Amino acid sequence: MLNIQDLHVQINGKEIIKGLHFSVNKGEVHAIMGPNGTGKSTLANVIAGKEQYEVTGGSITYKGLNLLDLAPEDRAREGIFLGFQYPVEIPGVSMTNFMRTAINEQRKYKGLPPMAAGDFLRYMKEKQQLVELQDKLSNRSVNEGFSGGEKKRNEIFQMAMLEPELAILDETDSGLDIDALKIVANGVNKLRRPDNATVVITHYQRLLDFIVPDFVHVLYEGRIVKSGGKELALELEEKGYEWIKGI
Amino acid sequence: MASDETNNILDEVTTGEYKYGFFTEVETETIPPGLSEETIRIISEKKMEPEWLLEFRLKAYRKWLTMPEPKWAHLQIPPIDFQEIIYYAAPKPKKELTSLDEVDPELLDTFNRLGISLDEQKRLSGVAVDAVFDSVSVKTTFSETLAREGIIFCSFSEAVQNHPELVKQYLGTVVPYADNYFAALNSAVFSDGSFCYIPKGVKCPVELSTYFRINAANTGQFERTLIVADEGAYVSYMEGCTAPMRDENQLHAAIVEIVAMKDAEVKYSTVQNWYPGDKEGKGGIYNFVTKRGLCKGERSRISWTQVETGSAITWKYPSCILMGDHSVGEFYSVAVTNNHQQADTGTKMIHLGKNTRSTIISKGISAGKSNNSYRGLVRVAKNAVNARNFSQCDSLLLGSQCGAHTFPYIRTENNTSIIEHEATTSKISDDQLFYCNQRGIDTESAIGLIVNGYAREVLNHLPMEFAVEAQKLLAISLEGSVG
Repeated sequence: MLNIQDLHVQINGKEIIKGLHFSVNKGEVHAIMGPNGTGKSTLANVIAGKEQYEVTGGSITYKGLNLLDLAPEDRAREGIFLGFQYPVEIPGVSMTNFMRTAINEQRKYKGLPPMAAGDFLRYMKEKQQLVELQDKLSNRSVNEGFSGGEKKRNEIFQMAMLEPELAILDETDSGLDIDALKIVANGVNKLRRPDNATVVITHYQRLLDFIVPDFVHVLYEGRIVKSGGKELALELEEKGYEWIKGI
Repeated sequence: MASDETNNILDEVTTGEYKYGFFTEVETETIPPGLSEETIRIISEKKMEPEWLLEFRLKAYRKWLTMPEPKWAHLQIPPIDFQEIIYYAAPKPKKELTSLDEVDPELLDTFNRLGISLDEQKRLSGVAVDAVFDSVSVKTTFSETLAREGIIFCSFSEAVQNHPELVKQYLGTVVPYADNYFAALNSAVFSDGSFCYIPKGVKCPVELSTYFRINAANTGQFERTLIVADEGAYVSYMEGCTAPMRDENQLHAAIVEIVAMKDAEVKYSTVQNWYPGDKEGKGGIYNFVTKRGLCKGERSRISWTQVETGSAITWKYPSCILMGDHSVGEFYSVAVTNNHQQADTGTKMIHLGKNTRSTIISKGISAGKSNNSYRGLVRVAKNAVNARNFSQCDSLLLGSQCGAHTFPYIRTENNTSIIEHEATTSKISDDQLFYCNQRGIDTESAIGLIVNGYAREVLNHLPMEFAVEAQKLLAISLEGSVG
């Protein structure tokens, strides 16, 4: 589904990703771990198409498409979802209006008619329950005045609404207490299907107690330096990132 | 607001440009350009006006000659040659009109293209329209239905003929002819406009609306609207306007006067979409307008809601004089400027009566190389015990070459008054746009969404069918403003 070959990425002239190889198949859950500043968020943003990052080498293909040729909104419409580490506030734009626009843009891209108002509201209600967000969410502006936990749950809620084929969750666990973490993880698990894939970016092993990955990768200095099964996360937790530096 | 419509609207964003820029081929009767006492006499004669009205015009003209053009606004206004303007242009009527069948089909077609149906049978909702084309009113719908309630809704010229006593009683009582330079000009040469009188205790059952269209070249439009709501009356009034795309600038200097008696309420909504000029700032309408409401009686209420997206230059301050005790004045405004547009707009709230209240919500949106200023005055007179005002002025900037300015003036002579002023300035951030992009929303739509969200507080005050129009306009006016 996703295939990254020898990727090089710069931001403001500084190389952050230095020859990264990474691939994801349908039905898989991957965890990417690593210390701060090693390029985890950069990788997520490059896949989503954030402009400020400059790809200086390598390739990314997604469902056979050259991903780097697609505008960010088209990547989203093709089924790529990024759960943001710091979801931005958009005052005045209600969650209902926002999601409705997003869903209908996606439907338009696929040649489908817009979703009828009633159907949409029912659908939204159903997905809200998945992450235990209250009904009043619909009238609130996007992320405005949300607590840290609510913002993260709101990301998972949007993921549930958009039913992505490839979801990348960037440090979705940071700043969550254990109850919120369970809710978020539970949401992700329920959305897991044989025809979609999830990449979980995290700093701590803790999240992986709840979202069990098929593969764990360690990102260090812009490259994946070690890959393995879920036991790698435990080993990493035990030995610390210092261990990686020796590899 | 229904998000159904929002979505449709945003779809339309891609169609772009100024949609109302076409010109209608109709036989037009114009008088030669130039302004003199003779011009005024010709206009007055063409309209078969009584002597007192001609006198009013001439007094205004003589005053105007002595007045300097206002220079205090944060605007760069190129010199206007008043002798080059045509002060009267009217589509030639084939004969006296008695029914819609007799209105020139070209004109009906023009208004249909603008989305204004003058056919009463075909109108979906209860909105009565007075359609003004260049200097004259083409057709007023629903007049007969309204007459049964005792409501007078007709063109200004008809009112002068049929209700001269009412016109004489109220004309110039809220905006005196000597009020300001452009008001004096309008008082001298005004051509047509709408007149509306709601009798005691009558709640007007439909929205009243005037649609202004400038068509002829080199003409100025100087319409005049007078609305009187008698004791306990209620009316909601809407005004829309468009003009063809032309390379030269055209002048629009209008006056709106509102009188609200005891317990009366008037809501006045404007969606201003005069041609703004092209991307390089060539052409466009100079929109120099004086709008003022007088809350004359106790507990009267006047509310201005405006969405200003068009015009090359806007100079406009819809105001309220809160004379009656417990009267209420409101001003809700969204002003958008893009490319080289300039707007200096705001309001004046003059508190004279006791326990008077006013609210000002102003949302400025600047893009391109435009300049957008809010200018407001809150004045509390000596006897205005317990006056209250709340003002909120927000500015939203798109891009780095535009300007937003706020000039709030507060003058109070009564220490029991409470005046609050809040102001914010913000930008649409790249992070917000990327967040929307990542959810499948392209940048143009994202801007439409964010801008409409920002303006929602004001748009919510518009009558439903206007709100939809306004949302579309906001999105369209800002097209191409980023990237």
